[in-house]
Amino acid sequence: MTETPAPPRTSPLHDRHEALGASFTDFGGWNMPVRYTSDLAEHRAVREAAGLFDISHMAEFRVEGEAAAAFLDYVLAGRLSIMKVGKAKYSLVLAASGGIVDDVIVYRTADDSFLVISNAGNRDAVAAAFETARATDAWTAALTVEDVTDHYALIALQGPEARGILSSIPGVEITGTALDELGYYAWTEGAFGDAPLFVARTGYTGEDGYELLIPVAQAAALWDAALAAGADRGLVPCGLAARDTLRLEAGMPLYGHELSRDIVPAQAGLGRVVAVDKETFVGKDGLSSGPADAPVLVGLVSEGRRAGRAGYAVLHGDDTVGEITSGALSPTLGHPVAMAFVAPAASDIGTELTIDVRGTRIPATVIALPFYRRNA
Amino acid sequence: MTDLTALSYTSEHEWIALEGDIATVGITDFAADKLGDVVFVELPGADSAVSAGDVCGEIESTKSVGELYAPITGTVVEVNDAVVDDPSLVNAEPFAGGWLIKIRVEGELPGDLLDRAAYEDLTA
Repeated sequence: MTETPAPPRTSPLHDRHEALGASFTDFGGWNMPVRYTSDLAEHRAVREAAGLFDISHMAEFRVEGEAAAAFLDYVLAGRLSIMKVGKAKYSLVLAASGGIVDDVIVYRTADDSFLVISNAGNRDAVAAAFETARATDAWTAALTVEDVTDHYALIALQGPEARGILSSIPGVEITGTALDELGYYAWTEGAFGDAPLFVARTGYTGEDGYELLIPVAQAAALWDAALAAGADRGLVPCGLAARDTLRLEAGMPLYGHELSRDIVPAQAGLGRVVAVDKETFVGKDGLSSGPADAPVLVGLVSEGRRAGRAGYAVLHGDDTVGEITSGALSPTLGHPVAMAFVAPAASDIGTELTIDVRGTRIPATVIALPFYRRNA
Repeated sequence: MTDLTALSYTSEHEWIALEGDIATVGITDFAADKLGDVVFVELPGADSAVSAGDVCGEIESTKSVGELYAPITGTVVEVNDAVVDDPSLVNAEPFAGGWLIKIRVEGELPGDLLDRAAYEDLTA
């Protein structure tokens, strides 16, 4: 049986991207900007000034009700019930096997209300995981889970100039915690004209910055206002190509590369995200029975300009010990960097390995992630 | 300014400028745009023999790797060291300073080279 694949979806900001001359790529079922001008220039802008990203493809779920906190403690790997209102937390959706269904950021918006942002490509899988968990008998108290993705655009403003730019966008008013008092992994609320604005100090670039959730109807006006307000501070629109090299330098995993249902959190260095002492949660039983010699995620650095790419073999002597999951010539560092899953015996910091780059062996050294860390 | 209508093209997005029996080869602006910022170029050595349709080099961007196909059969007589030192020339001047190799043509030119109009149809 064959099915016609659904055409890729477009963002509420699609016409803005076309007007800016963007090139597009399919990502998670969405047709999104891959670059506007130059990947490297956009990458550099985020490290040195600021970049504006349309990440409206990401999915948002509202989890509300008396049982919301207990439900998230059950369906996610972390302990969300102890998070304070106003904070954000990185977490994981696990399969019963302990494998990773998705990585998410959870924002506590009230005692009984949370916002969960997941990857576009995993929207259905996360919805299904929530629905399956909800269908168990445990939730006698009120609980609603709503996919609100289609109501919002999500715009990321990232880089050292982000705060100054956000403060200067005409029409943006912060009504909650002031920006200069807002901690990292926290959120505040505001307005853009008449529209409610959710301002989270989170991101996926390794720089300081914000993610702005705005109703679809006002999204284009906010995008335009942000670009205009930031123009003299070096703000440029940035595509997914720059977003990928930025997150790679920051050592942040990308679902489908470093994370999958075949990978348990500890393999990806995310053991700290799992609150294993919770009495029960989805994946708990699977995690306790994982193999001890499973490959682990490492950072690799090389000299020269030839980068290992996803899928390339990693060798220790003549033995293949693993495979690259993401790799590029680091725009900031000027040398190749890669993340790879390798056998534990080859994973110690300083281990000398080689990468098979289309038949040529390139030396690579295991280093601690991240490759790049901003000055605090 | 290069006269783009004077060039020949391949379906692999190379361009060829023929002067006598020397063919200058590069990749098109379309190919450069698709690749994104080029950060590494590997070219065949001078004096090496290349065969039409065979991979003879690599062009890497931050996002991906593109293979360079020899568009014609012959001997490489010159490689563009400037583009090896500064691969961004491929993006900045694909039809000028971003040229890649010069080949002394041996035998017949392939019959499937495209003129500008046909290449524009291909990439439309």
